[in-house]
Amino acid sequence: MSERFVSPRVAQVPPSGIRRFFDIAGTMKDAISLGVGEPDFVTPYHIRSAAIDSLLDGETQYTPNRGLLSLRKEISEYLRLRFGVSYDPEKEILVTVGASEAIDLALRVSLRPGDEVILPDPGYVSYAPCVTLAGGTPVPVPTRAEDEFRITAAEIDAAATPRTRALILPYPNNPTGAVMTRDELVKIAKVARDRDLLVISDEIYAELTYDGEKIAFSSLPGMMERTVLINGFSKAFAMTGWRLGYACGPEAILSQMNKIHQYAIMCAPRQAQVAGVQALKKNRENGYEDVETMRRSYDRRRRVMLDAFRKMGLSCFEPRGAFYCFPSIRETGLTSEEFCTRLLKEHKVVCVPGDAFGASGQGHIRCCYATDMHKMLEAFSRMEQFIRTL
Amino acid sequence: MQSLKAQILEILSEDCRTPLERIAVMTGAEMEKVAQAIDELERDRVILQYSPVINWDRTDRERVEAMIEVRVTPQRDMGFDAIAGRIYRFQEVKSVFLMSGSYDLLVLVEARTLKELALFVSEKLSPLESVTGTSTSFVLKRYKQDGVIFVGESTDKRLAVSP
Repeated sequence: MSERFVSPRVAQVPPSGIRRFFDIAGTMKDAISLGVGEPDFVTPYHIRSAAIDSLLDGETQYTPNRGLLSLRKEISEYLRLRFGVSYDPEKEILVTVGASEAIDLALRVSLRPGDEVILPDPGYVSYAPCVTLAGGTPVPVPTRAEDEFRITAAEIDAAATPRTRALILPYPNNPTGAVMTRDELVKIAKVARDRDLLVISDEIYAELTYDGEKIAFSSLPGMMERTVLINGFSKAFAMTGWRLGYACGPEAILSQMNKIHQYAIMCAPRQAQVAGVQALKKNRENGYEDVETMRRSYDRRRRVMLDAFRKMGLSCFEPRGAFYCFPSIRETGLTSEEFCTRLLKEHKVVCVPGDAFGASGQGHIRCCYATDMHKMLEAFSRMEQFIRTL
Repeated sequence: MQSLKAQILEILSEDCRTPLERIAVMTGAEMEKVAQAIDELERDRVILQYSPVINWDRTDRERVEAMIEVRVTPQRDMGFDAIAGRIYRFQEVKSVFLMSGSYDLLVLVEARTLKELALFVSEKLSPLESVTGTSTSFVLKRYKQDGVIFVGESTDKRLAVSP
């Protein structure tokens, strides 16, 4: 009855495919989950402790809209040290409620009705809906295992029209684990310049790069003025539940993003921001020990998972970033959804169907290796059994 | 980039039962190279033993532990090494550390009963020539040892599926 109060623009956005699968998985007790999208580490204790101290000290008030200046200064220093890019903490950094808010803000600020946004498919579930909700049209560009799931400059150029406003560049990629090479990014930079595109570079997994160079897109010549860099604390510091992210970019864009942020959100939670200061400061002093320790641990498990899939006979492109493998299950003759549903019901292992991340994910499943080693090994033996029965 | 040996030590310190084959996969090194590195680590006495962390409180074994602060007179030319050697050879002694601060040696001792432990201190440790004083504290509860937390259950608090 009350549906009439819902805007058609919102109603037309399909519910997340992940959510649908979550509802099935939620009913299965004792299932081993490779379906998570977050670290299995708990936030390092010194970071949690800093937030507790701040609460005990009565720090319970609003912070400036853009975030605590001390945090913005740490972010600026972090990006300089780790990625060689320079952002002014006063004007070019905005602290947000997770990187997700930053993506939404960047799109809402930049899109005019009907503007097109190019994004790689498969890709993170929220890009296309956020584009639609901001009044734009998502233009998914299929990426393939043969190309290591990289989007190419030529594909972007071919997909671009006079209506194309922006490009979302999410590497290392969730769900594929793909990373970009400097060569390809340089070519993409040229297309972005020629087509006058805004580049929304989602670098949330940047620290989890195992092979190859860690590159901030805005560090490429001439890209600073047309890039919104998005990053956060969830993946590198195991701080998903804190909801702390940030956007960096030209003042002209950032100040407009801050306008929406100040009206809609006010500021990110103070304790999360205090925790963020601690995370960056301590790691700057100790050579990014938390980040490196976790990265090494993921890397070992990445190799074990890749090896297991290959031994099972599933062809799997080697992921070089994030914490997912994205093997092909085409040879089984099942769709991604059928594979995952049966694997869950018959063998109690949760994986996410690849098409939840876009049509090009069909024929693949996403498996997260931020999972306890022994559980992961048990999951592999169940999957192997399952595949043998097909 | 960590050396192969550093990677192996990190892997084994988390789980000393990790099979050779899996260490090779985890490090991306050939199995022969891994085996050779482990041999060298053992030969150089970097790896001394592969032992599990056991929560004895969950077994039926009777056991008391104490930490004993020991003050000693160092010996000429030998410093503390000679007396430490006299102490660590006792079967009851699990660990011995030379300490800075108000005493010299910290000795971790294990025995079946309180009485046995008390007798060890009064009959074996205290009478040693260089020992000038001891102070014994019994372990009441173990919260954490070797990086492993003993109390409470660890649970995965994550959602089974998330984007």
